[in-house]
Amino acid sequence: MSDTFLTRNPSTLVFLAVLALFVLSVTLLAEGAGVGVISTSFVKTLGKTLCLALVALAMDLVWGYTGILSLGHFAFFGLGGYMIGMWLMYARTQAIVVSSLSEAPIPATDSEIVDAIGNQIFGVVGSSEFPLIWMFADSLLLQLMLVVAVPGVLALVFGWLAFRSRVTGVYLSILTQAMTLGLALYLFQNDSGLRGNNGLSGLQNLPGMDHVPQATLSIWFFWASAAALALGYLFAAWIVAGKFGSVLRGIRDNEARVRFLGYSVEGYKLFIFTVTAIIAGIAGALYYPQAGIINPAEIAPVASIYLAVWVAIGGRGRLYGAVIGAIFVSLVSSWFTGGQAPDLDLGFYTLKWVDWWLIVLGLSFVLVTLFAPRGIGGLVDLWSDRRQPDRHGADLGPGAGALREKEAEQ
Amino acid sequence: MRTTLLAGLMVLLSSLAALAQQVPEPAPVQSILQEQSALIQKSSRKTIAPAIAALAESGLPQAQAVLEAWQVKALWMRISDGMFFRGEKLEGQTYRLFDFDTGQAVGDVAKSDLKQIKPNSGIRALIATALVQFQLSDPDPSRREEALLAIERAPAGALLAPLRASIPGETDPVLKVRKMRIEQLLTIAHGTDEARRVATIQSLSGDLGLDVRATLNPLVSTQLRAFAGDIPAGLNVARRVAPGAGALSPDAAYDLLVAAKLAPARLSSDEIRTTLAAHIEGGRVGGVPLAQLNKEDARTRAYAALVEAGQAPARVSAEQITQSLNAHVFAEIYDEPSAVMTHAAQAALTSIATQVAVGQAVDLTLDALSLASIYFLAAIGLAITFGVMGVINMAHGEFIMMGAYTGYVVQQVIPNHTVSILVAVPLAFAVTFAAGVAMERLVIRWLYNRPLETLLATFGISIALQQLAKNIFGTQARPLTAPGWLDGAWIINDVVSISYIRIAIFMLALIFLGVFLFIMRRTRLGLETRAVTQNRAMAGSMGINPERVNMLTFGLGSGIAGIAGVAIGLFAKVTSELGSDYIVQSFMTVVVGGVGNIWGTLAGATMIGFFQKGVEWLNPSNTLAAQTYMIVFIIVFIQFRPRGIIALKGRAAGD
Amino acid sequence: MSMLLEVSGVSVSFDGFKAINNLSFAIGQAEMRAIIGPNGAGKTTFMDIVTGKTKPDAGRVIWGERNISLLGMSEARIAREGVGRKFQKPTVFEDQTVLENLLMALRSNRSPFAVMFYRATAADLARVDELASEIGLAEALGRKSGELSHGQKQWLEIGMLLAQEPRLLLVDEPAAGMTPAEREHTTAILVEAAKTRAVVVVEHDMEFVRRLDCRVTVLHEGAVLAEGSLDHVTANSQVIDVYLGR
Repeated sequence: MSDTFLTRNPSTLVFLAVLALFVLSVTLLAEGAGVGVISTSFVKTLGKTLCLALVALAMDLVWGYTGILSLGHFAFFGLGGYMIGMWLMYARTQAIVVSSLSEAPIPATDSEIVDAIGNQIFGVVGSSEFPLIWMFADSLLLQLMLVVAVPGVLALVFGWLAFRSRVTGVYLSILTQAMTLGLALYLFQNDSGLRGNNGLSGLQNLPGMDHVPQATLSIWFFWASAAALALGYLFAAWIVAGKFGSVLRGIRDNEARVRFLGYSVEGYKLFIFTVTAIIAGIAGALYYPQAGIINPAEIAPVASIYLAVWVAIGGRGRLYGAVIGAIFVSLVSSWFTGGQAPDLDLGFYTLKWVDWWLIVLGLSFVLVTLFAPRGIGGLVDLWSDRRQPDRHGADLGPGAGALREKEAEQ
Repeated sequence: MRTTLLAGLMVLLSSLAALAQQVPEPAPVQSILQEQSALIQKSSRKTIAPAIAALAESGLPQAQAVLEAWQVKALWMRISDGMFFRGEKLEGQTYRLFDFDTGQAVGDVAKSDLKQIKPNSGIRALIATALVQFQLSDPDPSRREEALLAIERAPAGALLAPLRASIPGETDPVLKVRKMRIEQLLTIAHGTDEARRVATIQSLSGDLGLDVRATLNPLVSTQLRAFAGDIPAGLNVARRVAPGAGALSPDAAYDLLVAAKLAPARLSSDEIRTTLAAHIEGGRVGGVPLAQLNKEDARTRAYAALVEAGQAPARVSAEQITQSLNAHVFAEIYDEPSAVMTHAAQAALTSIATQVAVGQAVDLTLDALSLASIYFLAAIGLAITFGVMGVINMAHGEFIMMGAYTGYVVQQVIPNHTVSILVAVPLAFAVTFAAGVAMERLVIRWLYNRPLETLLATFGISIALQQLAKNIFGTQARPLTAPGWLDGAWIINDVVSISYIRIAIFMLALIFLGVFLFIMRRTRLGLETRAVTQNRAMAGSMGINPERVNMLTFGLGSGIAGIAGVAIGLFAKVTSELGSDYIVQSFMTVVVGGVGNIWGTLAGATMIGFFQKGVEWLNPSNTLAAQTYMIVFIIVFIQFRPRGIIALKGRAAGD
Repeated sequence: MSMLLEVSGVSVSFDGFKAINNLSFAIGQAEMRAIIGPNGAGKTTFMDIVTGKTKPDAGRVIWGERNISLLGMSEARIAREGVGRKFQKPTVFEDQTVLENLLMALRSNRSPFAVMFYRATAADLARVDELASEIGLAEALGRKSGELSHGQKQWLEIGMLLAQEPRLLLVDEPAAGMTPAEREHTTAILVEAAKTRAVVVVEHDMEFVRRLDCRVTVLHEGAVLAEGSLDHVTANSQVIDVYLGR
């Protein structure tokens, strides 16, 4: 089945081949497993970028294909990170506490160990009690299930409320943005149980893997991220290739028409919203162990808008566009803001990229929206000379099509 | 060598000067000073009290002059004979000395022959208190007021008598009222006549002043104490407390017994572990292998073995604790011994509490109104661009920020705050109007009917503008100072008050509402805007230029955001993130209220303002939580009224 | 003969304006019906009510042999019950091919999970081919529907409706903007469809209505003004007043 699917979708095959080649070359050049041309920190950057590509893929499914401009998917990404972070931090602190307590003359009881871990973790927020939400933190398996369950359930509940009352378009965007803001503000509190604005830290250390150097760990995570991206891409490509994809694009272009065909639009929206939230959560769970730290600032509403920016620049409504956009923009951003880009001497003024990059990004985003709504992916069209449908002048981009039809109806 | 010579010369000179002066007869104040000389010279906060008291209670009119001189570091001692004088600095290093008793100048003396008595701040405070009784009847009203302030800061029983004495002679009616009030408070706190104190308490019952509560609260302060057997007579019992029932847990009750040395201390698990660790013998403690001691019951067994062997003190058992608790009585005892007093104070505080609750409700309402007007201000520009035109402008917050920075820049040029604000308001409007028009011409007009893309494009502008502001003004907050006449607050009583700046913002919100209604309903632009919004093609065919109308309307909405920015900048920190703090709330305000209706925006702002203040009141420590709950509330609210509080109905709603 | 759809005593108002006023209407299992009426007579609102887009203030909408009420059902549910609707302007999914459009409309399980694992069977493809040739788009199956001409889009939409296999077809001005030859073809498709199901056509064009050769219901101010054959209703003096003015 996969064979026929792949042959019917050559772009997926190309993508997987490119990804495999990329993974192979990075592995060979990295410090951890190869010749060491690529530093460990850059391997981590690449691994993180792959995770961002995965969440961009989710964003493309929900926005580019279904037309729901969600400004909340980075919140799901962050939640996934928090869920895995809880286990990483708990297990790591547990290892430290156990080893320090083992020097005591009397072996420690379980409750003494738990108290000591609580002290270590929550000391910064002036507490030592474990909040209820850490109930499963000692179990990797349960916490991994929460990586899927927490973003999934939140998306399910929020989506059910929002879609049921037929909130659409920009209203939905604003509502999702409010959800993100609410979540971020909640996590900023010290008594949220997740260490307030300190966030969770020390996530780069895998508990029980102290003997493995970071160089090797970074390669492992890089592989895992690449595998997740490949699976996510396959899944997304499979979903959008069939009739399901037809329905999604139909919802994007004319929701009412899909409804009159007998499809429960709300059900489909809820389904895709929840599934993409779960993908985002998984991406986050892979991202934050490589980043080492997660705090509420990561899920500020602006992060979710950046996600939309990546997808738009890459080209929405095509899966490889989202991936290209996320990789391109995030790598270029980190190059410019990381201080590596040379300053531009204009004679009367020296342009420091650290200060000016965001302005360039913002304006180029405006330009892309205005002049190249197909994004970087549109270049592929030029190259492959894909014929565009005659739409009698106006471009029917995602989100715009429905509106034009609505106007026509009146 | 030269220094010694010089010193010798000086001594000679000074003794000559002393000789030249008639040594005055020991006068009354000087004699007191001489009696206290040692203490005065030591000048220590801890020991100085008798010296000050001696002066203050001497009843001598000159004592005030001494204290005042002392307070301002003008009290000097002549080294040669230890006499104290007031010194006035002349040219060079010489001082002219004045006698306290006569007030006469007694001569000019070099500084080296004098010792300055320098009171530290603690001593100065004591002097100030001592001076109060003199100042209370000072001819200068401002001095009398200072004295009253000093009493309020440090009410002392000793001041009651001089205060009472000064009331009949007080000529200033305002000061007289204040004196009488302070006299009442002092009477309550330090009076000796119980009946008079109770009467005073009753007369102040229901008074909202913080000072009254501050005076009454110590009277009803209690301490939880434990007694073996019955409570001794003579104690003023507030209430008996049974351990385990209500606020007092059995653990806390037992700790109280331990603290009062009425029961043996319990052993903490730390102590037990230490004891166990001290008795490790051959890998075992009390016969239990070490490895097993990571379980609580094994530790108990091991410790019990140690106790049996007499190597450790016995643990307090649960039965013992119960017994101890049963054998004792717990009660809250008033610090104030007189039951009559505590009863009266309690009754007065209860009646005050009722009044305070009412006051707080009023205060909360004012707070909520003021928050609502801030949200309204931030959202009204959006009510035009988003509500009327349907354009999602994510850079709206940055227009607010631009307005605030305009105000800041104007203040750098025009130092007068009143003038600068008056200049800043139209200028902010002009700047953001221009920015809005530019944005509409360059970006938004290409994206009409593509709302999601408008959202993203304007977001791009938003991050660019924010970063630009950061590059120009830096990341630290810039001050935008309100004119002096907006400082302070309208204080209705100690519970209800509202700052003038919030009143001004409330007024501004009302003005904006009026301007909006006027423009939309009474002007050509308003008519054309509504026409273009409802049917662009039709409006165009009737001679309206939709391009121009859209441009002007968008400029108007942006300009109003700029003015709102000046207002918000007056009380918030002006940073590049100022706008993004408000953008989500602003959109929520418009959406919750009902798009396309200014009354809806008003209702939305009011609802969000009241809800947020309400949650803050329930959970005052946590304003972040209030915002979270507010957002959850809004999401749920949208379920029931998807089109907002004031919704357009029927086909016009455009479903 | 039992009725397929019975609308009785339905009223709906927008901001005080009564768009539908105590309207009653019924149609049988396999019947063609034309609805005519001047602008604002409530034709579109009537369709909105039947398809669940608008909730009436009063009245009943009864469906099928089991006499179930359509009120309170979602649009999608009503569509699955067998009510198909064609809008005035052709609304097809322009970004997708004719084949995709038809496959999406083809009668099958509509639940997300079923759709996700759906793969077109040979029978499905045969049915699509049959429909495509019926609507004259057999050659255009692989083309994006956005590239089609206006008339072709109209047919594609009719084809999608037929693919749904509805028991009741609501068609809003199917002939608008068509050449005479295209109209003839459209008429043929509708007449053929009406042999096995109920078809309700809203139309302004009397010539087109005449060619349909069916019972006609005249709507005016949200209520039924007259009903009968075209000749019968056009002879009605009230109808003449309404159409021609006084």
